[in-house]
Amino acid sequence: MLGSFALRRLFPPSRAPTTSPVEYMVRSHRLRWPELLPWVVVIACYQGFPSYLALGSQVMIMVLFALSLDLIMGYAGIVTLGHAAFFGVGAYSAGLLAVHGWGEPISALAVAAVVAGLLGIVTGAVILRTHGLTLLMLTLAVVSMLSEAANKAGSITGGADGLQGITLSPLLGLFRFDMFGRTAYIYCAVVLLLAWAFMRVLVHSPFGRSLTGVRENLPRMHAIGAPVHRRLVTAYAISAALAGVAGALQAQTTQFVGLNVISFDLSGAVLIMLILGGVGRLYGAFIGAPIYLIAQDMLSRLDPVYWFFWVGLLLVVVVLFARGGILGLFDALRRRIVR
Amino acid sequence: MDQYVPAAVSILFHGLAYAMILYVISVGLSVTMGLMGFANLAHGVFAMAGGYLTVSFMNPLGLDFVSALVVAVLAVAAISVVLERFLYVRLYEASEIEQVLFTIGLIFMAIAVAKFIWGPLPQHLPLPGVLHSQIEMMGRSFPTYRAFIIVIGMLIAFGLWAGIERTSFGARIRASVDNRRMARSVGIDTDRLFTFTFALGSGLAAFGGGVGAEIMAIHPGYPVEHLVYFLIVVAVGGMGSVRGPFVAALLLGVSDTACKYLLPELGAFFIYVALFAALLWRPAGLFGRA
Repeated sequence: MLGSFALRRLFPPSRAPTTSPVEYMVRSHRLRWPELLPWVVVIACYQGFPSYLALGSQVMIMVLFALSLDLIMGYAGIVTLGHAAFFGVGAYSAGLLAVHGWGEPISALAVAAVVAGLLGIVTGAVILRTHGLTLLMLTLAVVSMLSEAANKAGSITGGADGLQGITLSPLLGLFRFDMFGRTAYIYCAVVLLLAWAFMRVLVHSPFGRSLTGVRENLPRMHAIGAPVHRRLVTAYAISAALAGVAGALQAQTTQFVGLNVISFDLSGAVLIMLILGGVGRLYGAFIGAPIYLIAQDMLSRLDPVYWFFWVGLLLVVVVLFARGGILGLFDALRRRIVR
Repeated sequence: MDQYVPAAVSILFHGLAYAMILYVISVGLSVTMGLMGFANLAHGVFAMAGGYLTVSFMNPLGLDFVSALVVAVLAVAAISVVLERFLYVRLYEASEIEQVLFTIGLIFMAIAVAKFIWGPLPQHLPLPGVLHSQIEMMGRSFPTYRAFIIVIGMLIAFGLWAGIERTSFGARIRASVDNRRMARSVGIDTDRLFTFTFALGSGLAAFGGGVGAEIMAIHPGYPVEHLVYFLIVVAVGGMGSVRGPFVAALLLGVSDTACKYLLPELGAFFIYVALFAALLWRPAGLFGRA
């Protein structure tokens, strides 16, 4: 790490003229046209595949979930195997509200965000004092604990049968959730758009930069007096709240909450989606989640066993040969062409 | 009072047997994690492979229990060396997340391969007749199989302790766990040491998987189902030691059995709470050095 840093100091890339840090930050925050591509796809899919809108909503929910993971894993460098804890808590919050008569979707979304965010603050404040394997284990312990609790508290959560009977009132009092999933699709798209805009501002803000600093060089961040623990807990809570929103969307659009929303399996799946797309790039989630879900949809129809094998092989290959994920490969290709 | 004693004895007995299997499987993971800092989540795959191979060597191939077990252990150790030399070695310097993902990938592939070859159902281990009987002791009867596992586990624990604490090979392992660079600079070939330890750990895991197949059933989901428990043993015991995992496995095995027996409605909830508390109290594990 130090070596490559020194090299870059010695041989600055010729294409990038030396600029001040402020200029660099402002320039990297400027919107470039490829960043709008996902939204073109979202609109095109609405027009082009009206019978696949349910899958489309599901994909967007997972994009949002993976995006939330990117904040803590890609930017702050926190490795977690328990991110589904927040997704699940959000899903159960929204689901339980709807079952008990609070059918208004948007306020339920906000409640889910607050509940998941609070859980993020509480668990984050405790577990982020550790690192390495211990941190990994603690994230795993949190999700296992909550999963076991949801399983055993069958009278509240429905246990293994799942939470049924979720009914929503029309969105904004105007748009009913139709059986073709049109309202749900647009609802998910708008929420994802807002979350993306928020995340984009966040990661380019001084706060986001300080997270990258923690990831890249923890001792130096301590040395310059950055409140490292507070920054990490804040990022963890924001990420948790976003994951909670994703979970709530899932509960509302599928009108069902099963135990799988709060499992280790889902934590692993979202990790894979993000890795597949590319970590710490903000757009990895937009690439990885659709590819994963569409491939799963197609391959597991053939045979779920083969699906597992290919996902495993893919992970091994990505880690050994393509560490930046699909976006990383894309970058490498572009660099080769430009040169 | 009289009604509690049999329950306590029973919990202790079954818990001990379970703990011994957990220990035998996890101790290799603890030592390799301590040596190389490699987060090998796929360790359970070796245990599963040991179980499958033992069953297969016995049933279609007709070996007896002991020789099937020995052949399975040797085969898994050999496979693990190949994996270590060709794949794991590329990731020693990689970040934790890459090691985690890589080994999760291996788990997925192993699950698919196991399902493809042996099908989704749990495998039955045809135990030799001796192990089917019951031992009468103090007016109670105990299944021989579990008593056998407890004895074997204790022997392995003692053997490992003696090997690590009393031989020069063990001294080299301890030196490398404490300070790999320093160990290398005084002339210890840490790479070869690691390959050997890795093979030993995988072989022990295979042994645990094979011997314990009637307690922890061998089926394709095995490496994921028990992953958390293996990791608990390592994390709570403290990485890189052989004594830590033993104590952690005892605590986990007995308390898990007690929880499931006494408070089935709470399930494994208590275990996770206890894990959480233990790791907050001693982040490096009960016997680990921070």
